[in-house]
Amino acid sequence: MPLLEAVRLEAQYGWTKVLHGLDFTVDEGGITTILGANGAGKTTTLRAVCGMLRTGGEILFDGRRIDGKATEAIVRLGIAHAPEGRGTFVGLTVEENLRLGAYGRRDRSGVARDFERVYQLFPVLAQRRRQAAGTLSGGEQQMLAVARALMLRPRLLLLDEPSLGLAPLVVREIFRAVRTINREERVSVLLVEQNASIALSLADHAYLIETGRVVMSGRADELRENEAIRRSYLGY
Amino acid sequence: MIYQATDVVNFAQGEMAMFSTYLAWSMLNAGLPYWVAFFATLAVAFVGGLLLERVVIRPVESAPVLAIVIVCIGLLVILNSVAGFLYSYIQKPFPSPFPEKPIRVGNIYFGAHDLGAIAVTLVVLVLLYLFFRYTTLGLAMRAAAQNPASSRLVGIRVGWMLALGWGLAAMVGAVAGMMIAPVVFLDPNMMAGILIYAFASATLGGFTSPGGAVLGGFLVGVTENLVGTYVKFIGTELKLTVALAMILIVLLVKPSGLFGRAIVHRV
Repeated sequence: MPLLEAVRLEAQYGWTKVLHGLDFTVDEGGITTILGANGAGKTTTLRAVCGMLRTGGEILFDGRRIDGKATEAIVRLGIAHAPEGRGTFVGLTVEENLRLGAYGRRDRSGVARDFERVYQLFPVLAQRRRQAAGTLSGGEQQMLAVARALMLRPRLLLLDEPSLGLAPLVVREIFRAVRTINREERVSVLLVEQNASIALSLADHAYLIETGRVVMSGRADELRENEAIRRSYLGY
Repeated sequence: MIYQATDVVNFAQGEMAMFSTYLAWSMLNAGLPYWVAFFATLAVAFVGGLLLERVVIRPVESAPVLAIVIVCIGLLVILNSVAGFLYSYIQKPFPSPFPEKPIRVGNIYFGAHDLGAIAVTLVVLVLLYLFFRYTTLGLAMRAAAQNPASSRLVGIRVGWMLALGWGLAAMVGAVAGMMIAPVVFLDPNMMAGILIYAFASATLGGFTSPGGAVLGGFLVGVTENLVGTYVKFIGTELKLTVALAMILIVLLVKPSGLFGRAIVHRV
């Protein structure tokens, strides 16, 4: 059974419809990626899952409807979202940002362990723990966004363009961390990306969307071999 | 401090404090011991602040700042009139919990009430600092004010955090009101002058910096009295004008205050 399932998902900003009945699933323990160009509706899809805007259709998490619920209630079910633009609390320290990630958790010892865990995944954050998050570089802020999401101990991690505007080396470090978490802790991942090649190398399932509709879907390795995808999104 | 937790400059703060002080006065008149009335007032103020936010501010929460400010000013006028209606505009004496005998330190005498009020204020400040700095709830309140969208994404109930902020603000205001009332006497307009000083202090020190606001308070007080004493035509009558002029000058020259950070929103 899929962990997350969207059925005929629709969403709009004001009068402009952005998603026109999207169907997709994320398997338990799997990594699914949604690819698409600017404005295809990738960010909107993640925002819709988190209840950050009004939606039509159905969203099921672990077999239960979550559409229409408040964002904070959805988050508490175990869905962590590292949003576009990273959503860091720039005025707070790195450590405070991470503490907020674990807000709503009551298992103190588990939280302490997870602090160690994310500092191990991203050692640079441990060095900067007392620094205001706003003073971090773009790459470090992205790491912080992922780390903060992990502090929730999520079952599902939503990542919104983690590679955006970052140096390839940093991107690789972040993706390595995501893969580690996915393998070792069986955290399912829904990744939204413009950078198709890196997303397809990480994911096991992929969807290609254009203007709010799924135009192609399948196993990631199959999509990588696909002629059309290769030409328009991988560029070789 | 409260601005940090709610991100709104609440112009009704002073009137909320005044109203709480009247409540304390009613309780004292009913024969309750001072400290019982004191803490009961704090509790009522907290709940009152919470309710005000839920009922009055909530509907305009997502409206532009200006709308919220106008609502606050409306609240100010309403509270002021209701207090006047219920308790009349005649000044009433308000008791001090501290002894009347002045305390001698070396060769200087201090009013016991002044020292007591300073002590109480310091305790409140330290408690607030510890609360915001070290507790998870305090952290969540700061987060909710700074970045509501991200706060929801970590599971914080943002609306409730704002309401709590108002509750706390009302409580701190109640303490201030009960400490000031023995000095200025109790009347519906008692906070008007004080509020101007408070805004002058906060503007001078910087709204984003609680420590700066305290220092700003000292600076405003010292400047005002120096100017009042040494500049003949100002004297004591125009002292309040000095504070107002300071607000104006700071806003014109350095809007973020001496210690505040300019808040720049990335687009």
